[in-house]
Amino acid sequence: MYSEKVMDHFMHPRNVGEIENPSGVGTVGNAKCGDIMRMYLDIDENGVIQEAKFKTFGCGAAVATSSMATELVKGKTVQEALEVTNKAVMEALDGLPPVKVHCSLLAEEAIHAALWDYAKKNGLQIEGLKEPVEDIEERIEEEQ
Amino acid sequence: MKKIIYLDHAATTPVLPEVFEAMKPYFMESYGNPSPIYSLAGEAKGAVEEAREKLAGLIGARPGEIYFTAGGSESDNWALKAVAEAYAAKGKHIITTAIEHHAVLHTCQYLEKQGCEITYLKVDEDGLIDLGELEAAIRPDTVLISVMAANNEIGTIEPIEEIGRIAKAHGVLFHTDAVQAFGHIPLDVERMHIDLLSASGHKLNGPKGVGLLYVRKGVKLGSFIHGGAQERGRRAGTENVPGIVGFGKAAQIAGERMEERMAEQTALRDYLIGRVLAEIPYTRLNGSRTRRLPGNANFSFQFIEGESLLILLDQQGICASSGSACTSGSLDPSHVLMAIGLPHEIAHGSLRLTFSEETAREDIDFTVEQVKQSVERLRGMSPLYEDFVKQNGRQPEGV
Repeated sequence: MYSEKVMDHFMHPRNVGEIENPSGVGTVGNAKCGDIMRMYLDIDENGVIQEAKFKTFGCGAAVATSSMATELVKGKTVQEALEVTNKAVMEALDGLPPVKVHCSLLAEEAIHAALWDYAKKNGLQIEGLKEPVEDIEERIEEEQ
Repeated sequence: MKKIIYLDHAATTPVLPEVFEAMKPYFMESYGNPSPIYSLAGEAKGAVEEAREKLAGLIGARPGEIYFTAGGSESDNWALKAVAEAYAAKGKHIITTAIEHHAVLHTCQYLEKQGCEITYLKVDEDGLIDLGELEAAIRPDTVLISVMAANNEIGTIEPIEEIGRIAKAHGVLFHTDAVQAFGHIPLDVERMHIDLLSASGHKLNGPKGVGLLYVRKGVKLGSFIHGGAQERGRRAGTENVPGIVGFGKAAQIAGERMEERMAEQTALRDYLIGRVLAEIPYTRLNGSRTRRLPGNANFSFQFIEGESLLILLDQQGICASSGSACTSGSLDPSHVLMAIGLPHEIAHGSLRLTFSEETAREDIDFTVEQVKQSVERLRGMSPLYEDFVKQNGRQPEGV
């Protein structure tokens, strides 16, 4: 049911782990629906993401989208990282089954949550960044 | 090719070689429709009736009380809908449980829309219903009690004989979905006062696409499939002759080997449960320790999600199942695991292993090792485990 890329990122997830004293960290999702993602970012003084790590509780797609999201934001500026949308994550993984699309939304949300934390810690305003939703399912239901 | 360790026998089972051999002649040689008068038809008819006798014998029924269907779901649908219709003059109240298979639960929801009232009995943490609660739920307008013989997910065996006695004492019909129990544990429609019983061929090494409904003589029940006069006018459609023959053969073998098989599988099950609980921390057994199907084990591993575990096990050739939302196709984990009171995150981390007499001890040993490694690996990337370790120190003790 999963593409080869999804399987690869699930079996060999990139950037699993934690960052000590991260520039930003965000946790999204909830245990009720079975997916929780935590993303750590290390951002340098020029606003470039030097390191990204994740921890995820969830299905194969949740792990793979987290892994891909960290790969996609590494080396990018904060502004560029905001353009890593769920669609970008899905495309990079050669697609997801329809019932797993919410995992890619969660990955996008995790990036935003970590960036929000970074902005808050540094007293920054990041254009286009909204405060993350605590419960991702609420957002999905609103969109439907 | 990698060795496959198939541990999903509650989903379906392989057809036994003896069963396949018994079915073969009815595809290309004795292919007659059982109804006509010529002798080719007679061969098919004889084979169908022989199978009916074997199946009836397995549950202490009379052959005339066995009706062939296309499977367990059809049998459940038929039993519930036809009883609701035939006994509508008496009332429109049905009692069932929160942990039934969807073939019963969704039929009940359909019947609710048709004006029936359904009581869904709660279960305790082992998955057992409360007999006092059942008796208290019976009303003058109750027409049917439908309680599964054994649960497909957690393997819990319900107190069928006691339920039958209560139903009989109150003059209420008793249906049991015995899809998981039929051929695996002893069932006797007389001793257990069962009026209707659903079973399926492919859960006991028979073919898919064939099932039966036992209907006690005297129970009013209209047709579910209308058409020809097959099955004494109660279930139309040309009989699935090879399927019925295979089902009969599988039941015969299951009956002959039942005692021995139960003892072997119970020993293997308890060995598996013992190892997993002893060797993997933060693990619980779902369902009853003792009142469970011989070939069923169901665990929840804290801090991880079931689908991920299934994929990792599949990479090692192990076929298993989970009650996680991701495997149910919805956002909610299994209704059975929720009904026994598990919190969402624990229900998401469930693993069901169901085995057969083909399962060897070394298969179980290999599986335990793989489960152990996979759970450890997934916990290593779980934010829930990270939080737990941070709150409790690096070497948490006990569960």
